[in-house]
Order: sequence, then structure tokens, then C-alpha cells
Amino acid sequence: MTLLEVKNLSVGFPTPDGVVHAVNDISFSIDAGETLAIVGESGSGKTVTNLALMGLLNSNTAQISGTARFQSHTGEIDLLGIDPNELQKYRGQDISMIFQDPMSSLHPYFSIGDQIIEAHQVHNKVDPEVSKERAIELLGLVGIPDPASRITSFPHQFSGGMRQRVMIAMALVNNPSLLIADEPTTALDVTVQAQILSLLKDLQREFKMAIILITHDLGVVAGAADRVNVMYAGRIVESANVFDLYAKPAMPYTQGLLDSVPRLDRPHTNRLSAIPGQPPSMISLPDGCSFAPRCSRISEVAGSKCLTALPELTLRGDHHSARCFIGEGVRA
Amino acid sequence: MATPILEVTNLAKFFPIQSQGIFSRVKGDNKAVNGISFTLNAGETLGLVGESGCGKSTAGRTILKLYEPTSGTIKFEGEDITSYSASKMKPLRTKMQMIFQDPYSSLNPRHTIGSIIAASYEIQKITPENGVKRAVQDLMERVGLNPEHYNRYPHEFSGGQRQRIGIARALALKPKFIVCDEPVSALDVSIQAQVINLLDDLRDDFGLSYLFIAHDLSVVQHISQRVAVMYLGKIMELAPTEELYKNPHHPYTKALLSAIPIPDPILERKREQIILSGDIPNPVNPPTGCVFNTRCWKAQEKCRTTEPVIMQIGASQVACHFPD
Ligand SMILES: Nc1ncnc2c1ncn2[C@@H]1O[C@H](COP(=O)(O)OP(=O)(O)OP(=O)(O)O)[C@@H](O)[C@H]1O
Ligand SMILES: Nc1ncnc2c1ncn2[C@@H]1O[C@H](COP(=O)(O)OP(=O)(O)OP(=O)(O)O)[C@@H](O)[C@H]1O
Ligand code: SF4
Ligand SMILES: [Mg+2]
Ligand SMILES: [Mg+2]
Repeated sequence: MTLLEVKNLSVGFPTPDGVVHAVNDISFSIDAGETLAIVGESGSGKTVTNLALMGLLNSNTAQISGTARFQSHTGEIDLLGIDPNELQKYRGQDISMIFQDPMSSLHPYFSIGDQIIEAHQVHNKVDPEVSKERAIELLGLVGIPDPASRITSFPHQFSGGMRQRVMIAMALVNNPSLLIADEPTTALDVTVQAQILSLLKDLQREFKMAIILITHDLGVVAGAADRVNVMYAGRIVESANVFDLYAKPAMPYTQGLLDSVPRLDRPHTNRLSAIPGQPPSMISLPDGCSFAPRCSRISEVAGSKCLTALPELTLRGDHHSARCFIGEGVRA
Repeated sequence: MATPILEVTNLAKFFPIQSQGIFSRVKGDNKAVNGISFTLNAGETLGLVGESGCGKSTAGRTILKLYEPTSGTIKFEGEDITSYSASKMKPLRTKMQMIFQDPYSSLNPRHTIGSIIAASYEIQKITPENGVKRAVQDLMERVGLNPEHYNRYPHEFSGGQRQRIGIARALALKPKFIVCDEPVSALDVSIQAQVINLLDDLRDDFGLSYLFIAHDLSVVQHISQRVAVMYLGKIMELAPTEELYKNPHHPYTKALLSAIPIPDPILERKREQIILSGDIPNPVNPPTGCVFNTRCWKAQEKCRTTEPVIMQIGASQVACHFPD
């Protein structure tokens, strides 16, 4: 079942220097229970995409267009068309989000128990004792030892990894059908990252929820994702099942990205293959393919077309599409 | 064998913890670096890895005498610099440099790139052969920056370019030894590779030695000849790179290596992982015995009472009672 279908989402931020085109006409969908990873260069629009869906962008500073049909507990709604006050009914209930920095989303002056209880009470007309039981249950589930006594602790009394667990517990308290996780482990050490990722996997199985996982770590994606969207300069440049993407990347940016990671599982080479140059300014995007100024395969396309025309997303295989003039298929 | 460029013996750096209030007094010590020993040869890169807070940056800064060591000795080119004053260190500063993690906060936003790089010459009162501007532009070119951007300000550059500026600044005085503290951690994967390749080339061209600090073990593997793994202020294992990654002997090295996801969905899903329980203990009250014993799946009574001494296993140095 399609849980969320995003069509033609664009987000622009007007600034004194011009409009920052953070997200440019992207479309994608996610099924119930599925994990969709979004990867891409810093500033490519990953976070803005999801803030738009959550209704967390300020409508005075952001120009948002597009539709996002979501199957909520009350039936189908358009996350981008709905009144912001109305959206609050669904945020934290049907959809939850966890952020890179748990400290910025946990309130320093309230105990973690009170914060989880509050998140439950907002959406459930039940006795606070019931919410407290639920808070203890979830803290136990995310691996906080002795949760009944720890619910009175404050965020600063927890380590980074424990705070991220608390965030996850709070996000899951109402059994959301979609969890948006924005770099949930980037601030954590690898051994703690491994704990959190395996926890998320277990919880997903148990709660049958869909996850949008935003990360720049291609190793994390390889282990966690069913499908992957690769973003570059505010556009989806490739979208595929995780196995196809790593085995047959079709877009030169994806290829370059996979090649430039130093890998422990491969024999040591003297030089890493780097992608030269840097991403374009989001205020003045190039006319053609936004990756053209850095692309090593540009000469394979006749007549400098990459510099003048924008390639469409076209099919490269089953549910595999890419935005590049090389090997173009039919429009996705 | 030639004298190593750097020789560190039992180095410790403790930060006193003050109690709050009017009568503040020392409550204890944060044992950030707690007795580490290693050598670094000319032209060599030693990787220093470990999790957040294990003391990597403190080690790097103490070796450069940016912090006063609590105990132990530091020898640079055979000369014991442990108790050198700031003025005695000054002539050595041309030979020892540092590159920082954050390319944003480590460059003064009000100064042009040219003057940021040139400042190294001014501080040391050195005039390069063909003038400062020419020298700076040569350096900019060498690290892959456009020399015509001499008069631009840091905010006009991307993260990767700012890191190149930091590298040019460190290279200005033709150092022999550079502490690279997480030089690519803040950069995108596609930009990381550019900077790592540059550091690789510069080492070979100028015969530099690096102490390369990072928490990313794949990056460290790529650039280092030998790697030291730190945990809670101590070195757990130190070995030639190939050996460390192929035959880790210390349980912590094993856990750390097994936690790194492989960017290949087929391999990644087959991989066996060691998931450590618990968190890193507080360095103010490190566990007795082996500092890793609270998270180690092999720990026995002995590990809780007796600190393991470093033993040699093949080419590896390992601090563990029950190494593999
Ligand atoms: N409120 C805002 N006003 C103006 N520009 C913004 C605003 N928020 C984001 N941007 C810009 O929009 C673009 C996309 O940002 P976004 O945060 O989505 O990137 P990202 O892909 O999440 O990057 P990262 O990997 O660094 O988190 C960037 O160029 C960013 O500077
Ligand atoms: N200037 C300082 N004063 C007091 N304590 C400090 C200082 N610098 C570091 N510490 C403490 O010393 C310990 C080691 O910190 P250090 O910054 O060396 O770790 P690190 O291994 O570099 O970590 P990271 O990977 O997060 O950079 C930490 O507990 C830290 O809080
Ligand atoms: S000494 Fe003991 S606790 Fe420490 S790493 Fe070895 S087995 Fe584990
Ligand atoms: Mg982001
Ligand atoms: Mg550090």
C-alpha cells in the first residue's frame, strides 16, 4: 500500500541575493513498512524536503508547492495542502520525526518522562498514569536500563546515545505509520550508531512503520534501506532499489559518490577517486544538468547538451530511474 | 635506525574539575590522556582513532605543547621538549603545525585568504625568497586554490576549499610534522577524497610526517602506515595498518571495526557485528583494571583488578589480558 505520495514538491527561500531553490520539483512515494533512504551532498535539500512534509517550514519565508497524499488514521490527507493547525493532529501521531541533534528537540528543563507523557497525552484522551506506563514501556523498549526510575532524569543526565534513544521512544509513543529520521546517528560514535540502527530495525518490524532515513553515510544506507533516492542540488537524480543502486548506479554523481568512499573491505589503493569541484549555488543553478560542471562523463554526450538541457528522470530498470543523458530510457 | 621525528613516552594530560560555588576547589581530574607511548618516523603517517572523548585531540595538542603535559615526555627530533617554555618552543613552531577539523571556525572571517596564510610568516618574522605574496600564491596553487582569489574572504569559499586554506597555512613555514585533527570529518564524501589525496601528495612531496586523528576508520586506513586505537585516554592497540585491520587482537579494536557499515548492501547484510552494550565511562572515574572491562564481552575478574601491560603480538602492540 502506498502510504505517502509526493508529487512535484518545490521549496524556495527568497533571500536578498535571490531565491534559494532548495527543492526542485521532486516526486517520490513510500509504501507502508518500507525504508526509503535519502542520500546526497550537504545542502542538496534532504532536510528541507522533509521539513516541508512535516509542515515545519515557516510559510512567511518558504515558498512551497506540490502535493503529498498521505494515508492517515482519518483517511487520505494532503500534507502540503492542509491547514497548519489541522496538521498538528497528525504530527507526532501518524508521522514523527527524529533529528540529528537530540538536545535541540528535547526540552532541557523537563524530565524525559514528562516529555514522553506529554507527547502521548496530546493525542490520547487517557489518564496520565496510562501515559506514564506507556513512557516506561517505550524507554524499556529502546534499551534504557531501569526505565521506571530513569523517567525522572533530565536530558543532560544522559549520554548522546541515550538521548537519541529517548528521542526515538518519544517519536514512537503513538505508533506512527511513518518515521522521518534525519541523520539519526551522525552525531554518534560508530559503536553507538550500530546499537541505534539495530534498535530502529527491530522497532520497525514490531511497529510495521515506514521510515524515511536521511543520511550521507552510504554504509548505513546499504544496511538499512529498501529503496534509495539520491539527491543533488535539490533534485532527485537517481532512485532505485538498494541492491540495484549499488550494483548498477546509472547517474555519474551516484557512481562518483560510491567510488570516492574509502572502503575497509577492499584492497588498499593509493589514490581515492575524488569528484572534482563542488556543488553549484542553489541561487543560480546551471541551465543544464546541475552535475555537469563536475561530471567526468560529460564528453560521452554529443553537442554539449548537458550544459544546455536538463535531463529527465528516465527508467533504467525495474523501478530504477536516473537523470542523465547517458543510457536514457523512457520517462519515469 | 634513524631517530624518530617524534617520541612520546607515558604522556598524560589531566584536566582538573573544579567544584561549583565561591570556594571552588579541585574535585578530581579528567584523565583525558592517561599514559600513552608511541614513535613517529620521518615521512610516516600514524593514524589515531577512537570514539568521541577518548582523548585524541588532547593528545595532539599536548604533543604540540598547546597544553602543558601532566607527566611523561615528548621528544621532537631527539630533543626533549616536555618542559620547554613558550619562547623556547617558538623556533620549533615552524617545524610543527596543526590542521583543524572545523574549516569554518578556524579561519578569521574578517581577514582575506592571503593575509590568513601570510600571517604564519609575520609571526615568525620570516620573509620568503620572492616576497610574501608570491609565496602565498604558490602555496594556494599547490593546494588547488586559484591564486587570483588571494583577496577573498573565508565565507566566499566552500568547506573543502576552506580546508585547503587551512592546509596552505600549515604548510607555509615548511613544517616537518603536522597534527591533522579530523581534517575531513566536516566535509562531504565527494570532497573528502579530494582533501585526502592532497594530504597524501603533500606528504610524499615534502617528506612530511602526520599524526592523523580521525574517528572514521576507513579514512585512517587509507592514509596511515600504522594505526593507534585509543579508548578512555589509553592506547589499546598499535599496529601496522594492514595488520590492525586484518588481524585485530584487542576486543575493542574488533568491536570498532565490526561497527563500521560497508557500503555494499550484499556484504553489509551478511556482516557479523559485535554490538557493544553500554556507554563509554566517564574519564573522571575510569574503571579500575582494564578501562574497557565495563563493555568487554571477554572480561574476567583479572580485567577488573589489574591493568594489562602492553604486550607484543607479532608486529602489534596490545594492551589486553585475553587478546585474540
Ligand atoms: N530557512 C532557509 N532560508 C534560506 N535557505 C535555506 C533555509 N533552509 C535551508 N536553506 C538552504 O536550502 C538548501 C537545502 O538545505 P537542506 O538543509 O535541505 O540540505 P541537506 O541536504 O539537508 O544538507 P545537510 O546534509 O548539510 O543536512 C541549502 O542550500 C540551504 O542553505
Ligand atoms: N580544554 C579542556 N579542558 C577540560 N577538559 C577538556 C579539555 N579538552 C578536552 N577535555 C576533556 O578531555 C576528554 C578528551 O577530550 P578530547 O577532545 O581530547 O577527545 P577526542 O578524542 O578528541 O574526541 P572527539 O572525537 O569528540 O573530538 C573529554 O572528556 C573532554 O571533555
Ligand atoms: S583486558 Fe579484558 S576487559 Fe580489557 S579488552 Fe582485554 S579481555 Fe576485554
Ligand atoms: Mg540536513
Ligand atoms: Mg577531537
